[in-house]
Amino acid sequence: MPQTLDYLKETASQTAGPYVHIGLAPGAAGFKLYETELGWDIAGAEAPGERIHVEGLVIDGTGAPVKDVLIEVWQADSLGIHAHPEDPRFAEVSPGFRGWGRVITDFATGLWGFDTVKPGPVPGRSGRVQAPHLNLWIVARGINIGLATRMYFPEEADLNASDPVLTLIEQEQRRSTLVATREAPGRYRFDIRLQGDGETVFLDV
Amino acid sequence: MTPAEYFQRDRSLHPPAYAPGYKTSVSRSPRQALLSIEQGYSEVTGPVFGHADFGPLDNDLIKNYAHSGDPIGERIIVHGRVVDENGRPVPRTLVEIWQANASGRYRHKKDTYLAPIDPNFGGCGRTLTDENGYYYFRTVKPGAYPWRNYVNSWRPAHIHVSVFGSSFSQRLITQMYFEGDPLIRTCPIVNTIPDKAAIDRLIAALDVNAAIPFDCLAYKFDIVLRGRRSTLFENRLAGN
Ligand SMILES: [Fe+3]
Repeated sequence: MPQTLDYLKETASQTAGPYVHIGLAPGAAGFKLYETELGWDIAGAEAPGERIHVEGLVIDGTGAPVKDVLIEVWQADSLGIHAHPEDPRFAEVSPGFRGWGRVITDFATGLWGFDTVKPGPVPGRSGRVQAPHLNLWIVARGINIGLATRMYFPEEADLNASDPVLTLIEQEQRRSTLVATREAPGRYRFDIRLQGDGETVFLDV
Repeated sequence: MTPAEYFQRDRSLHPPAYAPGYKTSVSRSPRQALLSIEQGYSEVTGPVFGHADFGPLDNDLIKNYAHSGDPIGERIIVHGRVVDENGRPVPRTLVEIWQANASGRYRHKKDTYLAPIDPNFGGCGRTLTDENGYYYFRTVKPGAYPWRNYVNSWRPAHIHVSVFGSSFSQRLITQMYFEGDPLIRTCPIVNTIPDKAAIDRLIAALDVNAAIPFDCLAYKFDIVLRGRRSTLFENRLAGN
């Protein structure tokens, strides 16, 4: 027998269940408990850049909207800087910019939406620029481990064409599942399909 | 140079997306393989929280929704450490919990179980780990509750736990169970996890050493997040 490697093992995931809202977004779910709700303001009031609104549905394998989903967003500011000390340009991050948010749906329709600023391109490993994107993480009843995906911007066709994640998707027709639709200046639609025709590409990050 | 990457997630310890014993997962599970990507800044960074985000009672579920008195139920402390797979503490990370009250009812408009709502119990709490990755909550032990899977499915008593870690790639939501609960082994949600030892690691142990005499019992629940590589033999030694 060789020596035993002494790594610990990651705690297993479990579904967030139907009542995730009371835990992670009690204010949005309609009950007042905390002084400050976390994650409702992604960009802050002062951050420069184009103000955008993103909305959409999460759709299950039968075509029905998932009405109890919770989505988290993590993104860079308009210069492509993350509000985190390991970003080498952290000192220059936009004032008041946090880059993280969470949103729940309208319980009747399943529609979710949030306001933020459009992120800038992000430097990648080995010098390959990443096209502007939002990192999304989706949990709900029936989702056993959080699903990671990205939303890209349709007007960034050139950067999208060389993006290291989009170009890694072997079936070219699936790349469009990660690109939003621009419905008006500053307004984007991004539907996420969990399963079946047009299934969104999910990431193992 | 981009900071060091996190260890590849061992998916064999986690439930698969499609776990038909848990019926809701059938139509909510991707059928295509996940796309494995290199971690860049988007993955090795994540939100940072500070004490300014919190109120003094946020980790005390016995007091944070108390109006006319304390909630009904068995008073408990839930505590433990958040560490990574290298055994290193994860300091100043956000831990959030939510749970049913002592009778098994959530304060949520979608919960229609006939058990009573407790006027003094909200059912959620949050805290930051300290420098050593340590966290604690005070609450009441949640009750088991029925749910629509099979006609007579009951969830074991559990607390939902959400943890951030130091980067968005460590993000994790799980559930903590209680030592000795006979409902654990028959629960379709517990049994989405294919690895018996991984299930056992979700069961908090009774911790009499941390109990407060004539006040509350305690359960210890340690949480392990993905570890991080040392980038040996790159341009410089980074990470750790
Ligand atoms: Fe639950």
